Amino acid sequence: MTILALEQLSIAFGGVRAVDGINLTVEPGVVFSIIGPNGAGKTTLFNLISGLYTPQAGRVRFAGEDVTGFAPDQLARRGLSRTFQNLQIFYHMTVVENVMVGRHRHETTGILSELLHLPSVARQNRSTRLAAQAALARVGLAAEAERSAGALSYGALKRLEIARALASEPKILLLDEPAAGCNAVETQELVGVIRAIVQGGITVILVEHDMRLVMNISDRIHVLAHGRTLAEGTAAEIRSNPAVIEAYLGIHGSQEAAHAIG
Amino acid sequence: MNVPTLIRHRLAPFAALAMIILLLPFFFPSAYYYRVAALVLIFALAALGLNLLMGFAGQVSLGHAGFFGIGGYATAIGPTYLGLPSWLSIIAGAAVSSLIAFLVGRPILRLKGHYLAVSTLGFGLLVAIVLNNEARWTGGPDGMSVPRLALFDWSIRGSDTWYWIAGGTFLLGAILARNLVDSPTGRALRAIHDSEVAARVLGVDVARKKLTIFIISAIYASVAGSYLALFNGHITPDIAGFLRSIELATMVVLGGMGSIIGSLVGAAVLVVLPQTLTALHDYEHMVLGLILMGFMIFLRQGIVPGLIRAFARMRT
Repeated sequence: MTILALEQLSIAFGGVRAVDGINLTVEPGVVFSIIGPNGAGKTTLFNLISGLYTPQAGRVRFAGEDVTGFAPDQLARRGLSRTFQNLQIFYHMTVVENVMVGRHRHETTGILSELLHLPSVARQNRSTRLAAQAALARVGLAAEAERSAGALSYGALKRLEIARALASEPKILLLDEPAAGCNAVETQELVGVIRAIVQGGITVILVEHDMRLVMNISDRIHVLAHGRTLAEGTAAEIRSNPAVIEAYLGIHGSQEAAHAIG
Repeated sequence: MNVPTLIRHRLAPFAALAMIILLLPFFFPSAYYYRVAALVLIFALAALGLNLLMGFAGQVSLGHAGFFGIGGYATAIGPTYLGLPSWLSIIAGAAVSSLIAFLVGRPILRLKGHYLAVSTLGFGLLVAIVLNNEARWTGGPDGMSVPRLALFDWSIRGSDTWYWIAGGTFLLGAILARNLVDSPTGRALRAIHDSEVAARVLGVDVARKKLTIFIISAIYASVAGSYLALFNGHITPDIAGFLRSIELATMVVLGGMGSIIGSLVGAAVLVVLPQTLTALHDYEHMVLGLILMGFMIFLRQGIVPGLIRAFARMRT
């Protein structure tokens, strides 16, 4: 069964076709990577899938349901969560409170009981906090729970976003350049985190520039260039695809390209 | 419960606040101080509501005196023309304010930053214009007198009584605000403040949450406006004017955005300072302006968060 399917998905900004007739299907329980040179439309595609942009043509199907044009919060409530390339942290909150917001779709208390702090709210707060702490433990941030979010390092903030998205118990997790700005150690930790997420039954869709990470972890790779599909296949297929090397890294010269991908 | 557990209880600061409100009158040299303190508490209630909107949810309103005015005129028009008792007029005013907040909030809360600020400003101006022009109901620019609040045949007019009513209501408002901040909705609102887009992809219905807090903050302002009108016994459209809106927003920012006690401190400064500065005659407003600028330069996060931070630094 397919968990996510894009059919002829398209959007243009002022005449530039940022995403142009993309078709792809993602099977559940895999790491599905989307790569391509800068400006290929990767983040635009993410924004379309997560509902931040409304496609001008084409359809998005999520777990069998047509969700084209759904708002991000509607998609989140159906089990689609994401992180951001440029961090979107709640800096006025503590680390654990950030992740508690991720539990929002599972919280059931009403505004009146919240104003009166009825026992149901106290119970809800306790169970939300426990679930948030469990999500923090999954990314190795359990010890930082009570710190202010702004006090964390860049690499830790990247993992905080993942914990926050995980706390919502998504079916699909979109990771937008999780390794960008991370050092080698942090990237290695990230590989472990992503592997554990997939083993937990969550489908991961990854946009990433770190080719070593992508080749290492992906079950399937979808290559974009100028908003269109260039190729799709396993890591081995993509690595040996001459069109990919040509278009994706050709400008750097084939030698450098071979070095980067190899 | 032993003493340390009690001190760490989530409502412990409010027990302290209750003690302060209870004990403060022992230090009042004259009845005039009751009047000033009651005014501080009434404005603090309105500022607290606005702080929930601005400080916690991060949505600016420069028209909140509009709700202040609606609440105030409800206690004037209700008893005078509609035969409602004053206490019921307070509730009716709050109901009207929440309905208007719902209708106005839906379109304008989509806007952000300066655009939202200008639209709320427009709303406030609109209320002031209506209050000025509908002279048949409001008495026009001269305003109208407000019948005294009567409870069980007991007519409330003394400043001391109003001090206790306003103090009790502010305390209740502060506890409700604290409860809200510590709840799922409160976390969602604080999340919206920092990153709307992240809140949305986590399943927060941002438009609905903003509308909820806009309505709640309107109810705070409306009740405070009702109290002010009943306390003064007279009301003019100035209550809903642009300067009032700015004053409320200044209280929030001065006391500390997102600080419940900050709303009280901000209101205290802006109510008490002009009273004490009258001795300076012509220079009153200049000195007031300089003091406000000084506060903002040296305690940028507002008086309460700024002082808390300064004390934390001193201890380390």
